[in-house]
Amino acid sequence: MSKPVNDSRRHFLSVMAGASGALIVGWRTALASQSDLPLELRGGVAEQLGPFVRISADNRITIGARGCEIGQGVITSLPMLIAEELDVDWAQVKVEQLPYGYIETDKGPGNKYGSQGAGGSDSIPQGWKDLRQAGATARWLLLQAAASDWQLPLDQLRTEAGFVIAQTGRRASYGQLAAAAAKIDPPTEPVALKNPDQFRVIGKPTLTADGPAIVTGRAEFGIDAYMAGALFAVVLRCPHMDGDIDTLDDSEARKVPGVKDVIRLPGPKPDEPITGQLATGIAVIAENTWAAIKGRQALKVTWTPGPWASESSATLEAKATELLRGDDGVKVRSDGDFAKARKDAKKVFEARYQVPFLAHATMEPPNALIKIEVDHALLISSLQSPSGASQIISQLTGIPRDKIEIRMTRAGGGFGRRLKNDFVAEAVLIAKAVGKPIKLIWTREDDIAHDFYRPFGVHHLIATLDKKKEITGFAHRCAATPRPYRDVGMKDSPIYTGCLEPDDFPAQLIANLEKTFYPIASGMPRGWWRAPLHTFHAFAVQSFIDELAIELKQDPVALRLKLLGAPRELSYAGHGGPMFDTGRLANVLKVCAEKIGWGRKPGQDRGLGIACHFTFGGYAAHAFEVSAIDGVIVIHRAVCVVDVGRVVNPLGVEAQMMGGTIDGLSTAINLGITVKDGQVQQSNFNDYPLLRMAQAPENVEVVIAPSDKSPSGAGEMGVPSALPALTNAIFAATGFRIRTLPIGDQLKKVL
Amino acid sequence: MQDTPIDSARTSSVPFVADDDTSLPLRINGKPFFHGGDPSMPLLWFLRDTLRLTGTKFGCGIGACGACTVLVDGKAQRSCLTPISAATGHDIVTIEGLATGDALHPVQRAWIEADVAQCGYCQAGQIMAAVDLLKRTPKPNDADISRITNLCRCGTYPRSRQAIKRAAELMHGATK
Repeated sequence: MSKPVNDSRRHFLSVMAGASGALIVGWRTALASQSDLPLELRGGVAEQLGPFVRISADNRITIGARGCEIGQGVITSLPMLIAEELDVDWAQVKVEQLPYGYIETDKGPGNKYGSQGAGGSDSIPQGWKDLRQAGATARWLLLQAAASDWQLPLDQLRTEAGFVIAQTGRRASYGQLAAAAAKIDPPTEPVALKNPDQFRVIGKPTLTADGPAIVTGRAEFGIDAYMAGALFAVVLRCPHMDGDIDTLDDSEARKVPGVKDVIRLPGPKPDEPITGQLATGIAVIAENTWAAIKGRQALKVTWTPGPWASESSATLEAKATELLRGDDGVKVRSDGDFAKARKDAKKVFEARYQVPFLAHATMEPPNALIKIEVDHALLISSLQSPSGASQIISQLTGIPRDKIEIRMTRAGGGFGRRLKNDFVAEAVLIAKAVGKPIKLIWTREDDIAHDFYRPFGVHHLIATLDKKKEITGFAHRCAATPRPYRDVGMKDSPIYTGCLEPDDFPAQLIANLEKTFYPIASGMPRGWWRAPLHTFHAFAVQSFIDELAIELKQDPVALRLKLLGAPRELSYAGHGGPMFDTGRLANVLKVCAEKIGWGRKPGQDRGLGIACHFTFGGYAAHAFEVSAIDGVIVIHRAVCVVDVGRVVNPLGVEAQMMGGTIDGLSTAINLGITVKDGQVQQSNFNDYPLLRMAQAPENVEVVIAPSDKSPSGAGEMGVPSALPALTNAIFAATGFRIRTLPIGDQLKKVL
Repeated sequence: MQDTPIDSARTSSVPFVADDDTSLPLRINGKPFFHGGDPSMPLLWFLRDTLRLTGTKFGCGIGACGACTVLVDGKAQRSCLTPISAATGHDIVTIEGLATGDALHPVQRAWIEADVAQCGYCQAGQIMAAVDLLKRTPKPNDADISRITNLCRCGTYPRSRQAIKRAAELMHGATK
């Protein structure tokens, strides 16, 4: 800072807290840790107006980006919210990534920047609530400064593109006013926000702020951070779930030039929550990454297999079949009387679908660079939950959280993997043991074999039909490896959380409806995987509706619309609620059908398939035109229609829908993790083959439905309906129904 | 983020000095360097750990993903599978060396224009693969572009396809 901060600025932050409920008071603490701010935000002559905005005398505007950038575009979209209300041209803005903003408050742990994690497609909904106010407050200060200097009433002043302009024609740049504005007492109440018809930044297609840095190799990811004196570490983890080291001979490893040390890392105890590292392992510490990798190759280890030695994908499937035969599941929802509907039914239609464990396979594998001192720690890493990282470092070192500095970088993908900080815990344990800063890297083999996997499950769906072929009842029975397994953050969550959602479609739309969950024991660690429960169960529900339509000789779009009924809001207690609007889902479905040309006869050997789903407040529909001659899937057209409320950055939303669609296709066609003898069978991209360009559609035609509703996020809703839309299209093209994912070589066997 | 980067690789022309007769000479982005360590070390780790040219990324270590793609004598190559002993004597260009001064390569310009990147991690490799493709096939069609095998976990393929076509226009004039 160029000068001491006065009390009025402290007040300013407390106003921010009042306005948003999210930003936390505590300017003095914030001041004490100013050194962790990027230079641009600290900088010499620039003036700080609140936690996010700095304006230099020559009118350069710097806006801090608080989010974890994992590819969802928050380095651009969140500063856009601030720039809008600050009323500046986006071209004037320089964006800087903010570090983690932990502060102690009277009420406990807080964050001076508000919410910084990336999960649940929440960044934009959160920012919509508090970041616009941050921008508006800074603008208010600039207006006050001009009013005071020019001796004019506020109502004779307006702002435009970084200038305050008086009715008299007098004007001054924000830069000229910034020094005076920084001395003004901030407003005691939230200031008015713009009407959407005044938006100049929000809603405009905006290139990613990091574009030039990315294409020149300058953008920094966690894995790109180095530190003087740091040693490099890789870990050989026990391949058996909850297994242990039996014998270890590290003599050859220690002879590898550059290897400095070999240490044992304890794993979590079986049946205790996994709060830190995921597995027992042996860390090889060396002068560079390659020496560490070579040292690890030279380890001679035998393992004891642990309690899950007999677990395999085959035993899990058999267990699911056995459980679904019985009647002692956990009631998730029960409307009307399904048993009676079943008894009275003219016909009972049922089908079973299976979805595999999934690995996240972020392009940037997990890594962490950590330096631990007596009363200070510095972490640089690609994260989705910096607060979780801060907590685990504090737990393992005893260093108070306000002495833990976390610099956030771009992350090479997240998809939920980095909501866990097991890799941070490993780096801390190694750094503590060797007494030096540690740069830990996971190889791809480490990443595929040691993940918090999307659960495995089997869905059994039942519809009861009366003699008029009306649907009278619906049951969704799901046997799965429960998501809350050993997750301390979910100890109070119902066991079906993350696998079955009580309020999801078609709940409240069919009178007699029940949902039941059957937990399957498994030693596989589980976590959140992009649009978690939605990718997990939308495949089953949306495939089943398609099958039902064919059974009833009804059009699959018409049947869905009939079930959704009149546009109305239904209660939705899950994430993305509190309401689910049947009209918005029906609308994206209709637009999608129109766009793909639903109802036309596609060319020979081709089929059209469609599906829709509600995810985290966003509504999406997918349609594909495919062929599968000789079992080779070709996607001739791909359409994705989405309603995510008001759109902040249309280019960003389009990118998320393209990417989400391709993620869904990749997952449906290629991806599954299987288990044998308590070990993951896949190891790298050779046997966990992400979709390549040649398999992907040449284009994904994205339609963004206009909406003036508050924005949902956009990172996840592009995935769930892609999978069933694809398999529905494959059925239309070939007559073969895919009920087990991934598709793999199933079509090649039958076609 | 780097508190003591070896910045000479990026910003100055001061070469690393050969520490003994067995050091392997390398020419990277037009500048000479020497590697005195394990000759089997993949070029990727020399670029990253030694020179701190971190634009070239580690993705799989088996040549499957292409995040580590660099140009070796103008041809796209996976640096994770290229031991330094095989790179010596060849002209190597990394993403940091693709632009000419401040003038970005047309592929880089097209990439920004099409807003290709999502997480951005695989993008340097994608760009190097595209540069190689456009050198061999100045006006590629969709089938030519589909021969790029670099993986993108975010699914940026439609936009990278668009950017490659745009780069072809920038380099060779509009395609039919």
